[in-house]
Amino acid sequence: MVGLEHYLTVAAALFVIGIFGIFLNRKNVIVILMSIELILLSVNINLVAFSSFLGDLVGQVFTMFVLTVAAAEAAIGLAILVTFFRNRGTIDVEDVNVMKG
Amino acid sequence: MSVADFAFYAFAVVAVIAGLLVVTAKNPVHSVLWLILTFLSSAGLFVLLGAEFLAMLLMIVYVGAVAVLFLFVVMMLDIDFAELKAEMTRYFPLAALVGLVILMQLTLLYGAWSTAEGAPGLRQAVTPDLAQVDNARALGLILFDQYFILFQLSGLILLVAMIGAIVLTLRHRADVKRQNVLQQMWRDPAKAMELKDVKPGQGL
Repeated sequence: MVGLEHYLTVAAALFVIGIFGIFLNRKNVIVILMSIELILLSVNINLVAFSSFLGDLVGQVFTMFVLTVAAAEAAIGLAILVTFFRNRGTIDVEDVNVMKG
Repeated sequence: MSVADFAFYAFAVVAVIAGLLVVTAKNPVHSVLWLILTFLSSAGLFVLLGAEFLAMLLMIVYVGAVAVLFLFVVMMLDIDFAELKAEMTRYFPLAALVGLVILMQLTLLYGAWSTAEGAPGLRQAVTPDLAQVDNARALGLILFDQYFILFQLSGLILLVAMIGAIVLTLRHRADVKRQNVLQQMWRDPAKAMELKDVKPGQGL
């Protein structure tokens, strides 16, 4: 019988893969953005699993808001990426030093 | 093992393997395609959890919009990905270490985890009987009633994101001839042409 822990394990695995991906692709912003999407997806799986097993629909409502913010974040992130590539001709994160931060 | 259990294991294994391939694939286009597979199998997990509406939302919003946006950007930018991938082996030990540490922490957490006594009493919106109200209807009743302000605010977030993306990527190129509407409207026909009386044998 598949229980709550099974779903949480899948979510944890996806979360760790997302973190792993951010560290592994330190230079490639596109893959970093995809890793962030994976992390948000694992959070969504957690929310829906708890919502389903505790019988509370608020978790699913909150998942919808997370989806909204993730879509907005992807759109803005990719727009920044396109602008950066246009100005610098690369998407290497280590070259992001225009603001001397 | 029932059919539902088998479906869970199938979706879970596919989701995790596709997720791993997202971050390790050599070609970012393949990364995006693996990301789509991850989203699809997660949508399967959502269906198994009884959240059909969110599963459809995941497919439409993520696979239909976000993943295609990623694909579009990857294909539009002319990037030398081999150069970006070259140092991946250098970062692998640190990445594996961080991943292992977080995985161990999560495992410790799941080993010593239990539901609180009064948890069922704290539910904000108890899931109605699925035989009477389907998932989408129940979600809508809550979303447009109790969470209406948050719903409007999330719409505002999307609007801001849309305007921001347009503002960031819009570019006015100086070397392209454009139509100037105001100049056309304010043009005076009387001043548009000037007649000169040119004497024979002379220039202007």
